[in-house]
Amino acid sequence: MRERPQIRLLPDGRRLHMHDGPIDLIVEAFGAVCEIRAAYNAAAVRFPTVLEELCSELCLLRQPARPDAPFPEGRIAKRMAAAVAPYAGRTFITAMAAVAGAVAEEILETMTSAADPSRAYVNDGGDIALHFAPGEHFVVGMVERPDRPSLFVTAMLDSRQPVRGIATSGWRGRSFSLGIADAVTVLADRAAMADAAATIIANAVDLPGHPSVMRVPAYSLDPDSDLGDRPVTQDVGQLSPSEIAAALDAGAAVARSLLSDALIRSAALHLRGETRVAGAVPIAGIVSCGASNHEEMRSNRSLVHA
Amino acid sequence: MPDDAIRCDACPVLCYIKPGRTGACDRYGNHDGQLVRLDPHVVLDRAVSRGDSIVPFLDRDRDWDGNIVSGPENFVTAIGAGTTYPDYKPAPFIISSAVQGVDMVTVVTEGIFSYCGVKLKIDTDRHLGPETNLVRAQGEPIGHVTTSEYGSQMLSLGGVRHLTGGSRREGTVTCETLLNLCNGKAVELGIDEGATVLVQAGKPPVVDGVQEERMRVGCGSATIGMFAKQWFGKVDEVVVVDDHITGVLSEHQAGKLLGIPETGIKIKGHRSTPGRYFRVAEPGTAWGGTNIEAPLSILQDFNPKIAWPRLRLLMVSTTGEHHAYFELDEDLQPVEKDLPSSLSESVTRIKENCEPALCTVLFMGGAGGSLRAGVTENPVRLTHAVRDALTRVTCGGTPVYVWPGGGITFMVDVSRMPENGFGYVPTPALVAPIEFTLKLSDYAALGGYMDHVRSLDSMMSDERRRHLSARENNPWPLSSPTRPRPER
Repeated sequence: MRERPQIRLLPDGRRLHMHDGPIDLIVEAFGAVCEIRAAYNAAAVRFPTVLEELCSELCLLRQPARPDAPFPEGRIAKRMAAAVAPYAGRTFITAMAAVAGAVAEEILETMTSAADPSRAYVNDGGDIALHFAPGEHFVVGMVERPDRPSLFVTAMLDSRQPVRGIATSGWRGRSFSLGIADAVTVLADRAAMADAAATIIANAVDLPGHPSVMRVPAYSLDPDSDLGDRPVTQDVGQLSPSEIAAALDAGAAVARSLLSDALIRSAALHLRGETRVAGAVPIAGIVSCGASNHEEMRSNRSLVHA
Repeated sequence: MPDDAIRCDACPVLCYIKPGRTGACDRYGNHDGQLVRLDPHVVLDRAVSRGDSIVPFLDRDRDWDGNIVSGPENFVTAIGAGTTYPDYKPAPFIISSAVQGVDMVTVVTEGIFSYCGVKLKIDTDRHLGPETNLVRAQGEPIGHVTTSEYGSQMLSLGGVRHLTGGSRREGTVTCETLLNLCNGKAVELGIDEGATVLVQAGKPPVVDGVQEERMRVGCGSATIGMFAKQWFGKVDEVVVVDDHITGVLSEHQAGKLLGIPETGIKIKGHRSTPGRYFRVAEPGTAWGGTNIEAPLSILQDFNPKIAWPRLRLLMVSTTGEHHAYFELDEDLQPVEKDLPSSLSESVTRIKENCEPALCTVLFMGGAGGSLRAGVTENPVRLTHAVRDALTRVTCGGTPVYVWPGGGITFMVDVSRMPENGFGYVPTPALVAPIEFTLKLSDYAALGGYMDHVRSLDSMMSDERRRHLSARENNPWPLSSPTRPRPER
C-alpha cells in the first residue's frame, strides 16, 4: 500500500520536514518571513514527485557508472549521474551513491529559484545542500560516528567559500560501505558531489583481507542492492594502531587526489577515534566532552550529520 | 521466489526485503515473512509538556534535548513495538516501573487485528444515504450506513467480512481506508444511492463538495424548548426557522407551560404537532438550511382577532446565524426593527451552542484472541483482570473503552493517539498498538512471563526509541496503579 508523501512543519515551527519512502528531508530557510514561506511552498510543491521520478529510472541508476553509459532523463537523476561521472571507469560507483545529495540539491535549488532566503539548507539524512546570500554563514557540527552523534568539531562555512554541499559516509551509516571508516565527512561545491566523494573515500579507508573485518555480499542483505555481490562491511573487530593508520592513509591518499581534481574541498576521515583531515576545514571550534559552547551546538544541531 | 524475501509496496522503491532485514527506509521490515512497520519505538514523555499536539521527534534528526527522565515519567507505548508471532511467545516488551512505590508492569505489543473496524460519526443533518446501504472506497464495499444519531450520520466501516471475506481488492482497499482514517488522513467515501463524503478525523466533513461548518443547536422545535424561558417576557412570539422542524414559541408545549398567550401567527407548511411545522421551505443554504432569504415569506397574515399592534416577533435560524426582529403596526403588518439588546443575548447563545461539525473516528478491535498469549500463559486470566479493572488497557498510551461482556473488545478515539500509530500487514489486517498495565504482583498471579520483564531504564537507553510528549487531555497511563482514572 503506497504511503503518501508527508510534508509538515516540525514542532519548532521553523523547520520543514518532508518524508516519502526512504527520503527524509529537514529543510530550513532564513530571512524575511515571506521569502521563507515562498521557499517552503516551492519545496512542498516539488517534493511529492521526487521519489516517483527516481524510481522510474531506478534500474539505470543502479548500474555501475561507465564513461559510455546512457544518461538518465530526470533532473535529480542527471545530478546523480553528473556527480559520479568523474569516477566512471576509474573505480566502482553507481549513481545511487549521490542520490541523497542530489535530492537535497534539487529541493534547495527549487527553493532558491522561487524565493530569496538569506540562508537555507536541505538536510537529507546527513547529506546537506547549503545556500547563502553574500556575507552569510553557517556553523556546521561534525560527528565522528554517524550512529552515535556527538560533535567533535564545528566548522564555519560562509558565502566566500565555494562549499555548498556536505556529506557523510561510513559502514555504520544507513547505506552499505565497502570500507571500514566509521565516518568520512566531505565538504564539496555541491551536495551530490560531496555525497559521491564521501562514498568513494569511505570505501578506500580499508584493510583488504583483514581477518577482523566481517564482510558479506551486499545481495545477501539486500537482493536489490546496487552493490551486487561486492562484500560490504558488517562488523570491524580489533585493529592495531598501525592498522588503523594504514587504513586511514589509504583513504587520505584518495581524498588528496580528489582534492587535487577539485572534486572536494576538504574531507575528515574517522576510524576508531583517529582522524585524518585532507584539505582545509574552516574550524570554528573544537567540542570536547561536556564542555564548550552549548548554545552554539543547540542552535546548529539540525545540521549535524546523522 | 528464491528465499523468504518479501516485496514491500509501501513506496515505489518496492524493496525486496530478506527476513530480519529492513527496506531502504528503515521503516518497514520483513518479520517472519510478514511486512511490518518498524518505526522507532514511541515513548510518551510526561515531563515535557507542550501546548500543541504530540509531535514525534524524528529518529534520524537526533533532535531531542538529551534529557533522560526515569521512572513513571515515561510510558512505553506499543507503537513500533512489533509483535511476536506466533502469539505464544512473550510480548516484545514487558516493562517494569515503580509508580508511587508500587511495582507496575506494562506489557507492550502490537496487535494484528482482522476483527476490527472504524465507527465514523459525521456531524451533518444532510442525508448521506439510506440506512444499511453500502459505503464504498475506490469503488470497493468497505462498510455500511448505520443508525443515525442526533445531528450526526453514522458509518460502520471495516470488519472481518470486508477485510478477509471478500475479494483481494476489497480487503486491500478496506485495510488502506481504515489505516488512513485511523492515522488521521482524509478519505473519500461514496454511499450507494447517496452522497460522496470526504472525511478526516477531527476535520469537518465535505458532503458532495460542500464543507459542513457548524452543527445546528437542535431542530427548530428543540431550540424553542431550550430557549423559551430566556425569551419569556422579552418578546411575544419566536419562530425558529429550520429545514427539518420549524418551531413557534406561543404554540409550542414550552410556550404553553410558561403561559405565553396565543399571537394569531400563521405559518405556511405542514403542522406536525402544536408549534412544530414540517416543510416550511425547500432545503438550501439560507435561513436554517432552507432556501428562505426573506423570513416573512413563510408567514401568512396574523389572525386579526388574536394579534395586536406592537406585538414583538423574533425570527431566528437554528444556528443563530440569521435573525430578524419585527413589531406589528396598527394594521398588524410586521415591520422590521433593530434587535433589542435584551434579545441579542439569546441569539448569541444559540450561536454559542452550535458546535463545529466534525468527523470523528473510533477504532474498534478485539484483543480477546491469541495476542493475550503474549501476555500470559493463561489468556482468560488477562480478560478477567481487564474486566476486574486490575489491568488497564491503553492504545498508544490513550485510554480505551472496553466493551462489557466477553473478550477484550475496545474502542479508542484515534485523534487522541500519537501520530501514525497504526500500521498494517498484507493479510490484510490492521496493526494497532496495545498496552496492558497492571501491578507486578498481579502480573505474576495471572501467569505472566516474569523472566521477560525488563526495566524501564533499559528501554530508555535504546536508541531506536521515539520520544513524544503526552497529551494533556489524556489521563497518564500510569497515573493510578489500581483504579483507572475516570475519563473526562
